[in-house]
Amino acid sequence: MSVMDKVRATPEQPAPAPARKPRITDEHGRRVRVWELALRYLLLLGVLALTIGPFVWQLSTSLKGPTEDIFSSPPRFLPSDPTLHNYERVAETIPVWDYALNSLKVAVANVVTNCVGAALAGYALARLRYRGRRVATLVFILTMLVPVEGIIIAQFTTMRELGLNNTLIGVLLPGCVSALNVLLMRNAFLNLPYEIEEAAYVDGANVWQRFLRIALPAVKGTLAVVAIFAFMGAWDDFLWPLIVLSDPSNFTLTIGLNYLHGTFANDERLVAAGTIIAVAPLIILFACLQRYFFRGVGEGAVKG
Amino acid sequence: MASSTVSSGTRRVRRQLPTSPWLFAAPGLLVAGAFILYPFVSTLVNSFTDRRTLVPGEFVGLANFRELLHDDMFWIGLRNSTLYVLGVVPALVLLPLLLAMLVQKTIPGITFFRSAFYTPVVASIVVVGLIWVWLLDERGLVNAVLETIGVGRIGFLSDQWLILLSAMAVTVWKGLGYYMIIYLAALANVPRELHEAAAVDGAGALRRFFTVTVPAVRSTMVLVAALASVAAFKVFSEVYLMAGPDGGPAGEDTTLVMLVQRTGTGLTGRVGYASAISVVVFVVTLVLMLLVLRADRKEES
Repeated sequence: MSVMDKVRATPEQPAPAPARKPRITDEHGRRVRVWELALRYLLLLGVLALTIGPFVWQLSTSLKGPTEDIFSSPPRFLPSDPTLHNYERVAETIPVWDYALNSLKVAVANVVTNCVGAALAGYALARLRYRGRRVATLVFILTMLVPVEGIIIAQFTTMRELGLNNTLIGVLLPGCVSALNVLLMRNAFLNLPYEIEEAAYVDGANVWQRFLRIALPAVKGTLAVVAIFAFMGAWDDFLWPLIVLSDPSNFTLTIGLNYLHGTFANDERLVAAGTIIAVAPLIILFACLQRYFFRGVGEGAVKG
Repeated sequence: MASSTVSSGTRRVRRQLPTSPWLFAAPGLLVAGAFILYPFVSTLVNSFTDRRTLVPGEFVGLANFRELLHDDMFWIGLRNSTLYVLGVVPALVLLPLLLAMLVQKTIPGITFFRSAFYTPVVASIVVVGLIWVWLLDERGLVNAVLETIGVGRIGFLSDQWLILLSAMAVTVWKGLGYYMIIYLAALANVPRELHEAAAVDGAGALRRFFTVTVPAVRSTMVLVAALASVAAFKVFSEVYLMAGPDGGPAGEDTTLVMLVQRTGTGLTGRVGYASAISVVVFVVTLVLMLLVLRADRKEES
């Protein structure tokens, strides 16, 4: 919630900058004209209102009490008497904390399996010499190209055959070692100078020692990207859990929210509180680890 | 597993046991094989059967595909998914580029703005969908503002076409920050001299945009077009949340993936028929990718 507050408070701050510091220069040391800078900030603030505004409005709605008119026109942006009552009501309506725990379990497991599985397979593709390495690389590339939305029904029947439908394991499995992450790790290992590992090899280090002590610590950045996107992917996922989970006691947060919306669509304060519960952890995570999020976009797009 | 590899490694430093690389790759290959490639192949196979969730089904040849030709819902789905590509892709190629140019200059506070613009990307599509369902509600914020400025209220979520348009707007809104970051990396590689030379020649900002910026980031625009069009054709969540599970009034807002989900799940799910629809999704996705790549090559020559 603190992030949202900060976001709401900040728009006023950058605006005075052009007036106070007319001799601002760009990244090449050239002077930027004041009117141009003012226009730039104006546009930035406009886009800011468009991208952050909806979240702030949702937060504001969730904090408005039962007696406050949420439909007023013109709209009232600040709750007159902020209350956490709606959050208590969400917990009374659906087992929202159980759902959050389910989401957390799947997300954390997804981080572990993706980091371990992708690092191992990526290392095998990049470093180990063996026949069939090309075939294995091709398998991962083909896997990455399969549109997941097109195979969900077959994935569902596969889970039924394994008796894993309607379980959190079933939610986790299809994405637990994503091919994209394997190829990201492969590229990271390929970019390491081979000489260091060769030296360790001459010193008698075996493949596990070289992997764990030399190669892995050198690709920590990419591993962090894999971890963050694995967490975000699992926490945000909707279509697959919607298909594989049928019993409300096993719902993840996104499916629980969909259920809340489907059943109590006319209770906007309640739905608003539910969405804030679902989005707050990720916004906090993003605020803390921004550069890995941005780095992941660049690395993922090159391959994707 | 681990211990055998370690001992064999120390015994024979010079030569690796031929199995150890496969042990490294095994978890990844297993998951890829069992949960992506096997379902992919079985989707293709099932599309020629009348399999149902609880009935194994038999080979029926092209019957499913023949049925598709006469299935109104299929054509509605194909129409909506195609419209989605046409509506969303141009916006997602152009707007994030303009946004990237806006946040490119390192002026005070710019990292805050970049992060803020990226925030919709980290939120779940369910959260984003529900936020906009409330914003676009008959009595929601957007309509309150429209009424205050004298435009009057608009039923964004009750008209079949407005629902689709609203869902497209949400997709664009959520994708802006993602593609902005991709463009930002591309813009950093545009040589500054080009802009200066063009400015010296008297080219205005708009002219420089089309003669310097666009050619320099063209390959990135193609990449964005490819990513966005494939994602747009497979749209599910936005429309599911904004139009409802049944696809809006008379199902007119159903997309192809929504139809797959509706047809193939549940105890009476028609797995074979849903697989046939999925095969259409594969083929169109592939064609879209090839089209974008070909457009790229043609322009280059």
